Amino acid sequence: MGKRVGIVGVGQTHHASQRLDASGVELIAEAVTRALDDAEITIKDIDAVVIGNMDHFENINYVDMWAVDGLGAVMKPVFKVTTGGTTGTTIAACAFYTVASGLFDVVLAVGWEKNSESDTQAAVATCANPVLERDFFAGAIGPLATEYSMYMKAYGATEEDAAIVAARERNNALNNPYAHVRQAVTVEDVLKSPMLSYPIKFLDMCPRSDGACAVIFAVEEKAKKLCPRPAWIHASVVRHDYTHFGDLEWTFMPTLERASAEAYKLAGITNPLKEFDVAELYLPASTCGVKWMDSLWFCDHGEAPKLIRKGVFDMDGELPVNPSGGVICTNPIGATGLIRVGEAAWQIMGRAGARQVENVRRALVTGFGGCSWSDVIILGADLP
Amino acid sequence: MMNRFGIYEDKRKRTHTPEGYELLTHSSGPISYDFNWHLGYYWSYFLQGLKEKKFLATRCHQCGRVYMLPRQVCGRCFVEMNEWVEVGPEGVLEGFTVVRFPYVDPNHGGMKEVPFTSIWVKLDGADTRMMHYCNEHDESKLRVGMRMRAVWAEERKGSIHDVAYFEIAE
Amino acid sequence: MERVAIIGVSQTKYTQNNPLSFAELVYQVTTAALEDAGITISDIDNVVSVSSDFWDGRTISSMAISDASGAYGKDITTVEGDGTFGALYGLMRTLSGSFDTTLVVAHHKGTESNMRGITNTAFDPLVERKLGLDAISSAALQARRYMTKYGLKEEQFALVSVKNHGNAMRNPLALFPMEITVEDVMNSRRIADPLKLLDCSPVTDGAAAVILATEHAAKKLVPPQKCVWVKGVGHCADAFRLGDRDLADTRALTAAAKRAYSMAGIQDPGREIDLAEVYDAFSYMETLWLEGLGICPEGMACEHLERGRFDFTGPLPVNPSGGRLSSHPVQVAGLAELVECVLQLRGEAGDRQVEGARTALAHGVNGMCGQSHCVWILGK
Repeated sequence: MGKRVGIVGVGQTHHASQRLDASGVELIAEAVTRALDDAEITIKDIDAVVIGNMDHFENINYVDMWAVDGLGAVMKPVFKVTTGGTTGTTIAACAFYTVASGLFDVVLAVGWEKNSESDTQAAVATCANPVLERDFFAGAIGPLATEYSMYMKAYGATEEDAAIVAARERNNALNNPYAHVRQAVTVEDVLKSPMLSYPIKFLDMCPRSDGACAVIFAVEEKAKKLCPRPAWIHASVVRHDYTHFGDLEWTFMPTLERASAEAYKLAGITNPLKEFDVAELYLPASTCGVKWMDSLWFCDHGEAPKLIRKGVFDMDGELPVNPSGGVICTNPIGATGLIRVGEAAWQIMGRAGARQVENVRRALVTGFGGCSWSDVIILGADLP
Repeated sequence: MMNRFGIYEDKRKRTHTPEGYELLTHSSGPISYDFNWHLGYYWSYFLQGLKEKKFLATRCHQCGRVYMLPRQVCGRCFVEMNEWVEVGPEGVLEGFTVVRFPYVDPNHGGMKEVPFTSIWVKLDGADTRMMHYCNEHDESKLRVGMRMRAVWAEERKGSIHDVAYFEIAE
Repeated sequence: MERVAIIGVSQTKYTQNNPLSFAELVYQVTTAALEDAGITISDIDNVVSVSSDFWDGRTISSMAISDASGAYGKDITTVEGDGTFGALYGLMRTLSGSFDTTLVVAHHKGTESNMRGITNTAFDPLVERKLGLDAISSAALQARRYMTKYGLKEEQFALVSVKNHGNAMRNPLALFPMEITVEDVMNSRRIADPLKLLDCSPVTDGAAAVILATEHAAKKLVPPQKCVWVKGVGHCADAFRLGDRDLADTRALTAAAKRAYSMAGIQDPGREIDLAEVYDAFSYMETLWLEGLGICPEGMACEHLERGRFDFTGPLPVNPSGGRLSSHPVQVAGLAELVECVLQLRGEAGDRQVEGARTALAHGVNGMCGQSHCVWILGK
């Protein structure tokens, strides 16, 4: 049977729209060094490394080979995983399975991106079928905008519901020294910001960032020695059911529903809204922060706006969502999913600084990418 | 915590090195990677159909789902589909967005022309939607649920652009 | 390590300009592997796709093949690197307790893309890329270094090409089976000195799949003759810049092999291994890697090759499939080696069967000039 795995250290860079001072390898080194310090170990204690990013942004092939210096991976086992937007959570899952297999005890997971080095939308557009779909692909924002307009039509959700989510996350980021965008906003500021693609406006949408994140996973015996309060991995589930964008179901997200249902089952969760103490969710636009709450089994389809207006997901609410500011404040694509894992782990370890939620015992993490690819990871303060 | 060469400093606003040298960037210049994708049996047949002003979809014999865009495998049943069904040329608008911010088009490296309207349309007879253009760029004139009709290009050569765009059909 | 078996395998015929799309290739090998194992898609718990955004010309390369690999409703992930690394991740997922069976599937359409341009992007954009380095020119540098270090000759490397293309004559799936001589190799077009056309592997299209299962799942699903057991595996990477290491020093490979041998309880690989599939992207690489694997002392592999030690009829056949020199679908290649080893150990290798094979070695490479290696030991 598999081993139990805990997160014992996390490191992040200061995320920005452009990190002129550091090349990709140096950004990685920054995150890795900070993670090693957080775990109070050295690179010698790392048994294997896994890395990921989204290739076309930097146009570097075999990134795992190119980055060995920054990863401290010279003469160590290393390989690369990549799954588009969900890369960050894919990397976390990979490190988890690597340790759970019993073949390696301490594994370093690194996600990074230098989005400033290329045109983000052009690179993302290449995920669509080049011959049949690419030309009509309306950027990463297209499907998100469309699904929310349908959600509004079906259930009466409003642009204001999304604006509440946007304001909440942007204000949360003020407590996060690593966040890219740190800007106090009101709901009205969001509603007045320029329209990008109806109904998503400028302040509803995520930025593109330069940044890296490193998370250290350790096998049970070592994790207990290294960390007073490791974040134990209780479940990791992935669902990706679609090949073409036209296959997507619009009014709810089947992949997220299926992935979260399976993850809750594995972790023994029956009432997610009550049983989770914090959630770091991959919400690329504030509209997702409305619509996707339905698909996490927090409420019935269409009921999410009620929860939002009640403040259930605020920092002082029943289930704080994205105390870090989430994706709409920081988005180095290859790292974004891993940052969710790292932030959730810090919440459990009690190292989340000014954005710490009190007494976190269980944390929910999600990843999202491409054609409705959904990852769900559950972390806990107790052993699974 | 050891302080290693300023590794904990917030260097986001830096534009120069500590000695005062400018931090440089380096442009690759235009690069193109040419690909020559093989389309296989299913898409080749589909594109031939477009040339002949027909929308050809595949139907799963196990679950009955009709897929537009057609493909070899029904994901849910994991079976090869061998039944072709003609669908459209009209359908229902299931989603749309008007893109107003330009970005680089990976097909030619220049900027994409905006505004353009990207739609998801479910052709009559199909169970899944296809993506395409719509000639209407005013959001207030488009409504989910409207009937849409394909407008064929004058010259067709077996490409997705043999359909020039979809127009409102009501 | 808990016992894990490979219970099903398949590979396509290796061709150029294969008219099938990525998804169709993947569906072909997925169904063939299931049929080989005698199980259905519902017996598969998760999927590892081995694919590359660069080679496919689109990002999220595994998105295109998700339905075709039977991943609907299942956990799926993507490794970007050689098939041996993908299979390694598949192995770890199977050992983790989360999944009993794992399908690892790799696809590659080299002839759709630009090999030299794409391998050029593996180099650092500021310096080496601008010098136009790619897979072939960097390999030429490594070959020259290897020759200088040990006083080896091009004719000796040519023997590898002769042997492997000759072995491919017994493999109906190989792209370039050929009966050639050392003279043919020496007279072939000079591409990047000292490498000639017949020293280089061909750009290839193809796909392969393996199905891994835990011991208890394997016992439930397939008869014992289908099972080939994973005895040991190791991987390790060296420095990136070509100038940061001695290109003829195979220390990363030695470290990877050491781990694999130790897990498998192998002390004298040269004697205990019955056949080896080694990553011969270029002729000189076969002998270089055989030394790194500890099968020959440093600098001696060419001499052993000349004495016939690695011939199909010799004591330790190397690349009985014809090797990468005969078919080289990048990323698929390592998985194809595992497929070959499984077929050999099951006694299903037809005309190219190595008699009495009980222990096999498969070796994959990632990065330029063999920066990173993955070594597998399989046993019956």
